[in-house]
Amino acid sequence: MSERPTFLLDGIEVPFGPGQTVMQAALSAGRYIPHLCYHPEFKPHGSCKVCTARIDGRLMAACTTPAESATVVESDTDDLNELRRTLVQMLFAEGNHFCPSCEKSGNCGLQALGYDLGVMTAGFRHLFPDRPVDASHPEILLDFNRCILCELCVRAAREVDGKHVFSLAGRGLDKHLIVNAESGRLVDTDVAVTDKAVEVCPVGVILRKRVGFAVPIGERRYDRSPISAQALEDAPRPLERHHD
Amino acid sequence: MDGLPDITADLDPRVRAIVSRWGHEPTRLVQILREVHEAFGFVPPRAVSLIARSLRVPYSRVRGVASFYSFFALEPCGRYRVLFSDNVTDRMAGSEKFLDAMCHRLWVEPGKVSEDGLVSVGRTSCTGLCDQGPALLVNGRAVPALTDERVGRICELILSCTPLEAWPEEFFAVRDNVRRADILLGHGLAPGDPIRAALQRGARGWSEHAANARSWRESFVGAAEGPVATLEEVKRSNLRGRGGAGFTTGIKWEACRRATGLARYVVCNADEGEPGTFKDRVLLSRYADLLFDGMTVAAYAIGASHGFVYLRGEYRYLLDALEATLERRRAAKLLGHGICGQPGLDFDIQVHVGAGSYVCGEESALIESLEGKRGVPRNRPPYPVTHGYLQQPTIVNNVETLCAAALIAVHGGEWYRALGTLKSSGTKILSVAGDVAQPGVYEYPFGVTVRQVLEDCGARNPQAVQVSGPSGVCIDATEFDRRLAFEDLPTAGAFTVFDSSRDMFEVARNYTHFFAHESCGFCTPCRVGTSMLVAAMDKIHAGNGTQHELREINRLNQVLLMSAHCGLGHTACNPILDTLKRFRPAYERKLRSLDFTPAFDLDGALARARQMTGRDDAAAHLESQP
Repeated sequence: MSERPTFLLDGIEVPFGPGQTVMQAALSAGRYIPHLCYHPEFKPHGSCKVCTARIDGRLMAACTTPAESATVVESDTDDLNELRRTLVQMLFAEGNHFCPSCEKSGNCGLQALGYDLGVMTAGFRHLFPDRPVDASHPEILLDFNRCILCELCVRAAREVDGKHVFSLAGRGLDKHLIVNAESGRLVDTDVAVTDKAVEVCPVGVILRKRVGFAVPIGERRYDRSPISAQALEDAPRPLERHHD
Repeated sequence: MDGLPDITADLDPRVRAIVSRWGHEPTRLVQILREVHEAFGFVPPRAVSLIARSLRVPYSRVRGVASFYSFFALEPCGRYRVLFSDNVTDRMAGSEKFLDAMCHRLWVEPGKVSEDGLVSVGRTSCTGLCDQGPALLVNGRAVPALTDERVGRICELILSCTPLEAWPEEFFAVRDNVRRADILLGHGLAPGDPIRAALQRGARGWSEHAANARSWRESFVGAAEGPVATLEEVKRSNLRGRGGAGFTTGIKWEACRRATGLARYVVCNADEGEPGTFKDRVLLSRYADLLFDGMTVAAYAIGASHGFVYLRGEYRYLLDALEATLERRRAAKLLGHGICGQPGLDFDIQVHVGAGSYVCGEESALIESLEGKRGVPRNRPPYPVTHGYLQQPTIVNNVETLCAAALIAVHGGEWYRALGTLKSSGTKILSVAGDVAQPGVYEYPFGVTVRQVLEDCGARNPQAVQVSGPSGVCIDATEFDRRLAFEDLPTAGAFTVFDSSRDMFEVARNYTHFFAHESCGFCTPCRVGTSMLVAAMDKIHAGNGTQHELREINRLNQVLLMSAHCGLGHTACNPILDTLKRFRPAYERKLRSLDFTPAFDLDGALARARQMTGRDDAAAHLESQP
């Protein structure tokens, strides 16, 4: 293990393998960097910017920056955590998020991140966009009000399901998720309820119908332990396996 | 039916013909969409499906790309689509008044299509005609120098359904306005001179046979006397990129030459989108041969055989002339196989036209757009010099940089370096506009003072100059002795002058709207932050601002600087911060109080209740502030 190249993350050495990004190496080593649009199973793209870290003095997205030997990475600092809280506030203000009535409450990555980072206020005036829901599919509901544009569903469909179900359209504040059908309705795509893309949504956009509230609030994923602990549980640990 | 776009049964064959002319290549999607939009006045849903099927790409991808670019409309936008250029200089010259007059005359609301489907009137980002504004685009064609009379005639032509080809030619006449020429604007070279000079420079060691010619093209640096000699001259010149970032051109070229790949590409960034700049428009319309010479010299130096010009959509009207110049150069053996009789020197250039997206001026977003995708900046590293167009080594250079490289190929690096300052060699072309007597392009050696430029262009009573556009810096009269150079005031060329009558808060507000409109929306801080900046500025403008807004602006600036994905987000706050620092009274006199007040007028909100209850006594009013 000591022969592997390492970098320093908040003063502690983190080993990394070839091709790993700072985020991948950190999670493999059991170290958490807050993130939203990063998922260990898909290609990182770095849009949410929650994982912004100071790498040799430069602010970079940890999920897309290749790990380099002997670099100094700062992540758990006051200014970076304040930045992360502000980004989470921006995402809350951008969409229509009403946690108390949301089926995803307790299982929601955005909500959990807000709790974990200590977001105490709204911070910004909410934009209250008009985003109609798509209930056309018999088994899946799309509630775009909660979309944070992380593109996990886009990537999951493409990289795991081998389908084109979701894409992004528009630009700027008008950027939004669309489905791959001329009618614009999910029922006319080749999505299946078993798809990775359906499962991966970190917020309450892509929901399976008729299973709502099967697990009561209070006993859900992030009710059991905070997102920072869950992320480490989920992280692949190639280094440890290698070590065995 | 009159007025409606001509959508008929021949849609399918026409779309198929366009797709086939672009070789059924998904990388040409933006060009295909542009031609479809031009053919039908918008991109019909049926065409989106047809394009997707013909290119074998998902429907949602075509729709995603089409909806990214502001010039592509997915719904009918009128037989005549009028877009008023909305740079601050257009506004200063009365563009809003003309827009109102036109909407009134044509009975249409801004941003909407008239009920008969005849016309829509809207706004678009700076069209690069600031020296002859206000300007508008009608079906993509630029009409500068608007006056009451011209706007009235345009309304008549629209109402009488006169086709654009029958409009008076002078409406579309764009002047070059070259006010001060130096080595570049007064270059005096014949087409091909720079290529011949570059070949001459390497002739000493030129002994390869044609059969071996590829060797010097493919990383075999040692055997490449000619290209290396040219590369050395460009390095010696210390030429730096003219698009704003100022990266040393020779280093970029050398990195690309040394990178391994299947092919290398020369890309000319002619996506001149920074509000207030228009010098590339002049270079493209009057100095196209020099540009193509520069691109060919670059191709020779790095070993590329294919080049692109990414022309901003606003300059679509230059396309035919550029294509004609390229054709003439092919006939003269200045493009194609064996350029200037040199075996192995093969190079050709294709022009791609953008479609209304400022962020595509960022080099990696530009490459994405060239590949037929949404113009979203890539993650870097890797950089384009190693992984650019189609992941191959690519140089992306500004129009002016490539023109300067052509001069260096003829006159040498030492000659070029002798001009300008220590760290900024050569000359810079400025786009001078705003409150000046002689707007136009001015070429100066680097190091010229702002004051000198202001004197030469006849600035009246200037209180501020926006140097290098909204992503640059705004300076006030105490700084007019500063010098335009990378050492002091770096600039991509925009030089917008504001006299003492201008409200600098409104200038900053216009620029803030620009950034929000042009944000690609990829990253959270820029997508949401630029819109929140707009909300704060609009609130101050409406007379409801407080210190809270100023604090929020500072907070948003921190977030954008720390975490935005690209330069657009990093610089989106500059216009506000610069003007807040230098013209703070312009903000403070708009603030409703210097302490917090709610976003709305509480007492005013009760007016309706008072009216309904017929009360107007003191108890029916909230206490006014002490």
